[in-house]
Amino acid sequence: MKLHEYQSKQLFSKYGVPIPKGRVAATASEAKQIAEELGGRVVIKSQVLVGGRGKAGGIKVAKDPGEAETLATQILAMTIKSLPVRKVLVDEAADIAQEIYLGITNDRAAKKPVMMASAAGGVDIEEVAATTPEKIIKIHIDPLLGLRDYQTRDIAAFIDLPRDYWRDFGRIANGLWQAYSANDATLAEINPLVITRDKRLVALDGKMLIDDNALFRHGDLADMRDLDEEAPAETEARKYGLSFIKLDGNIGCMVNGAGLAMTSMDILKLFGGEPANFLDIGGGAGAEKVAAAMRIILSDPNVKAVLYNIFGGITRCDEVARGILVAMEEVKPKVPMVVRLVGTNAEEGRKLLADANMITAETLADAAQKAVAAAQAA
Amino acid sequence: MSILVNKDTRLLVQGITGNEGLFHTTQMVAYGTNVVAGVTPGKGGEWVLGGKVPVFDSVKIAVDATGANATVIFVPARFAPDAMFEAADAGIPLIVCITEGVPVQDMMRVRNYLDQKKVRLVGPNCPGLLTPGEAKVGIIPGNIAIPGNVGVVSRSGTLTYEVLYAMKNVGMGASTCVGIGGDPVNGTNFIDVLQMFEHDPQTEKVVMIGEIGGTDEEKAAEFIANKMTKPVVSFIAGQTAPPGKRMGHAGAIIEGGAGTAADKIAALTAAGVRVAKHPEEIPSLLR
Repeated sequence: MKLHEYQSKQLFSKYGVPIPKGRVAATASEAKQIAEELGGRVVIKSQVLVGGRGKAGGIKVAKDPGEAETLATQILAMTIKSLPVRKVLVDEAADIAQEIYLGITNDRAAKKPVMMASAAGGVDIEEVAATTPEKIIKIHIDPLLGLRDYQTRDIAAFIDLPRDYWRDFGRIANGLWQAYSANDATLAEINPLVITRDKRLVALDGKMLIDDNALFRHGDLADMRDLDEEAPAETEARKYGLSFIKLDGNIGCMVNGAGLAMTSMDILKLFGGEPANFLDIGGGAGAEKVAAAMRIILSDPNVKAVLYNIFGGITRCDEVARGILVAMEEVKPKVPMVVRLVGTNAEEGRKLLADANMITAETLADAAQKAVAAAQAA
Repeated sequence: MSILVNKDTRLLVQGITGNEGLFHTTQMVAYGTNVVAGVTPGKGGEWVLGGKVPVFDSVKIAVDATGANATVIFVPARFAPDAMFEAADAGIPLIVCITEGVPVQDMMRVRNYLDQKKVRLVGPNCPGLLTPGEAKVGIIPGNIAIPGNVGVVSRSGTLTYEVLYAMKNVGMGASTCVGIGGDPVNGTNFIDVLQMFEHDPQTEKVVMIGEIGGTDEEKAAEFIANKMTKPVVSFIAGQTAPPGKRMGHAGAIIEGGAGTAADKIAALTAAGVRVAKHPEEIPSLLR
């Protein structure tokens, strides 16, 4: 789950990381009021869950409250990478002397968190990593020990931070580590961490990703999820415990198992089709879950055919077929349905569905070809 | 021969009295697996499966009483890390964790702790292990595979079943099937299993089923090129997956342009591995 910049910075601040004074606004008049309270120059920052906001013109500096209102009006009317801007963060503007990058993420290969820092902050760190990797220091953190003070000194020295700042930098690095570990983040990033002309370290921008699997122990974070920022079908799918991702094609997919669901998408493409979604209904899917999945898939007007690919292992195929029939009765889909059942009791299952005028298939290749043909004929 | 599990496996089931645990214990016993004990804290002294399997309060007590040498974990995600620590501290050499949805920071702590001990963890978020005709540890349906000489290792569950079943349909059997799981941080990776198959006399060929995310397939390709004499056939899922989205499995995500199916297929092909266009092609590539 992605957090907005303002949410991330508020969390960082709880762990002692200094952030600019500021608040989030949903209207231009609110933005003006916040600018009046702050006094002086302010930055108006669009709050959308994508990168490249600055380049898109979604971050602007205003010299007074009047200009803050004008710029907020413009930014709130923007759409950045197909996401409409619904909120802006109004922050006091900083006088920047230097920009630093500081972040923590999971290194899956090392099986440890890794803290990364660079004196080349304020730019896309993945670009720095690709073009000048020698400008980035990576320090692995033992998850059983946590971040040690000597590690933060090693980082400060590497990025040539003047010694006067080492103590504050250590506090910020530790604060970021606390924010990351206490909230089950998979990414906690300050970019840029700036040195201001009046010699303070401030986290100007913040980004956090939270491990969805850990939300059960972070009710406060789960409540921060911005439902405006995701496809409604994905929100609906989560309610039923379905794993769903919308894609751009016209063949809906319902599959048990994530690997098999990806494979079903791949094989549609191999035979000239385009998948409309990824959907894993999980094991032992009963009629209710199948019906919910069917409704979600068919809510996409692009869908011209649906492919069911079910491997019956412990779940028997005839049971799955009965579930599909009950769901069909309820949802009454109007597009052709291709069903491939394989595994335990597959023949009985296929017969039940063929009797109900569904197109059945035995192999994955056969099913994919039939689904592609059905979508093209529609 | 086979790897990791066989008829000498004395299996413990953690979370044996839960719905999942009890259901799959029944299946494992029906397959012929020697399930010697179960653990559910607070239910020590009870028996399950009509008095066949004793339940203990802790892993330590269960191991002392029954000599269990492997454990399979069916407890919910929030309790699974503790179950893994407990099994490791009780000295069980093989821990198989089926549980899906364990937070990744928990897994980093578990893995770093377990690395200091002489234990092997398989999973989490995996279907477990199957040595056809000998033992089933986990949830792989027993009836979809027959004994044979093909070693199978996979990050995915049902996709693996597809391959086992397609092999069975043409009379091809497996030595052992190992589901290493779909999480970004797990206990056993492709190289660990490839190495075991390379040394297992029963295994003559290997099927490796990968998917997008991480670089384990690329590392496996390097290992295959340099260290393996047995032929390897592969399939990689997720060629059409969009970047930045988690495709069901926590570990199946293309991050910062890394972890794509195309990269993995290129690395494997360069290592002399034949990569199937779709899973039903695998049996013919094994011939």
